[in-house]
Amino acid sequence: MTDDHQLRVSKIQNGTVIDHVAAGQALNVLAILGIDATSGEAVSVGMNVPSDRLGRKDIVKVEGRELSQSEVDVLSLIAPAASINIVRDYDVVEKNRVVRPDIVTGIISCPNRNCITNADEPITSRFTVLSDGVRCDYCESIVREDEVAANLDVN
Amino acid sequence: MRQDHLISAAHLSREDIEAVLDRAAEIDDDTAAFRQRHAGKVLGLCFFEPSTRTRMSFDTAMKRLGGQTVDMGPVESSSVKKGETLADTVRVVEGYADALVLRHPSEGAATMAAEFVDIPLVNAGDGAGQHPSQTLLDLYTIRENAGLDDLTIGIMGDLKYGRTVHSLAGALTNFDVSQHFISPESLRLPRNVRYDLHAAGAQVKEHTQLDDVLPELDVLYVTRIQRERFPDENEYRKVAGQYQIDAETLEAATDDLTVMHPLPRVDEISPDIDDTDHATYFEQAHNGIPVRMALLDILLSQADD
Ligand SMILES: [Zn+2]
Repeated sequence: MTDDHQLRVSKIQNGTVIDHVAAGQALNVLAILGIDATSGEAVSVGMNVPSDRLGRKDIVKVEGRELSQSEVDVLSLIAPAASINIVRDYDVVEKNRVVRPDIVTGIISCPNRNCITNADEPITSRFTVLSDGVRCDYCESIVREDEVAANLDVN
Repeated sequence: MRQDHLISAAHLSREDIEAVLDRAAEIDDDTAAFRQRHAGKVLGLCFFEPSTRTRMSFDTAMKRLGGQTVDMGPVESSSVKKGETLADTVRVVEGYADALVLRHPSEGAATMAAEFVDIPLVNAGDGAGQHPSQTLLDLYTIRENAGLDDLTIGIMGDLKYGRTVHSLAGALTNFDVSQHFISPESLRLPRNVRYDLHAAGAQVKEHTQLDDVLPELDVLYVTRIQRERFPDENEYRKVAGQYQIDAETLEAATDDLTVMHPLPRVDEISPDIDDTDHATYFEQAHNGIPVRMALLDILLSQADD
């Protein structure tokens, strides 16, 4: 890791840096985290940053926020090469690669409007992860990997 | 059966299927022997959309096992109308019954409902999803008439929205069956069914014309193409007309061809086929009773253990 890189990822005081996001996916990462103009967190986004590993990458830094397991799971689908750096007091205290899960719960909403998960029932969406997409555990609809971003349950 | 519930035909192994069909054959041979089998047991019927036929069939099956049924009645007069969730409804009805039958307009409803109850639950249709008890009676009918191995079947009509088709195609992958799918371009098999068939190693052979495969078929399974799938009446008539069969159509078929239909039919099978040896759809409908008796018998007995 270059010093330059280290500098770039540690400039927040406390929070999370999501690095090595495939170029073009940064805004989808924000959507997964449920971050928009109204959510209040300080966020900085780098897009098309030169990267040894990816050529070009995106990078997302969120002040004062650590990610839930569900968020990390869905993140792994749209940014499989991402690393998640937990920053405390300007230092990276933990660095993890995302791991493709077997199941993702919440965050993705089923594209089938007639699916029971889209009715007013006390359940959370749940998808089984396939090799190239995810499948609703309830209605069995398949969401291809490239369609996941379009089906985020953004509130 | 390894399952506590019957939600999807996709969950059924060949052994599960054969256990139900064998039990149904026993019942067919000697219904009287099962007359008191589940005396004192109650089956809850929760039908969130009208389906008189399926409801009657489960009602009869339970009564012929010596049990009773309670029916939540039409949705218009129930708590659902007042905004109760399905999760609440099934938990309430669970207290009244030893097993539940659920018909619901949303896909995945039965999967969800089963997460909220501990008694056996049978999916009697969830939107365009699954209708596994229909599949079992279809399989029973196929086994009786043509055998389930070394079989060539053509499934025709609305393959996109037809839940009986989705369940049947998946279940047939447990057997040595060559499946042909015949439909208009716009009503081909949906992505998830196609995915499952490929995953099961089945070849998906699709056609837009019945003529292409009719002479090869042992079984022709016909389903209705519904008017509401098309933008206008003309388009519907033009397309649906190509998937209607009559006695003349079947001249190109083998003498042994078994013609099936989940019923009700409208005009996709001409009445002039009814008197031929091909017509098996009424027998198929009657098989609903022994097959549903077998299914309830197995699920209720398992729940007792
Ligand atoms: Zn779904």
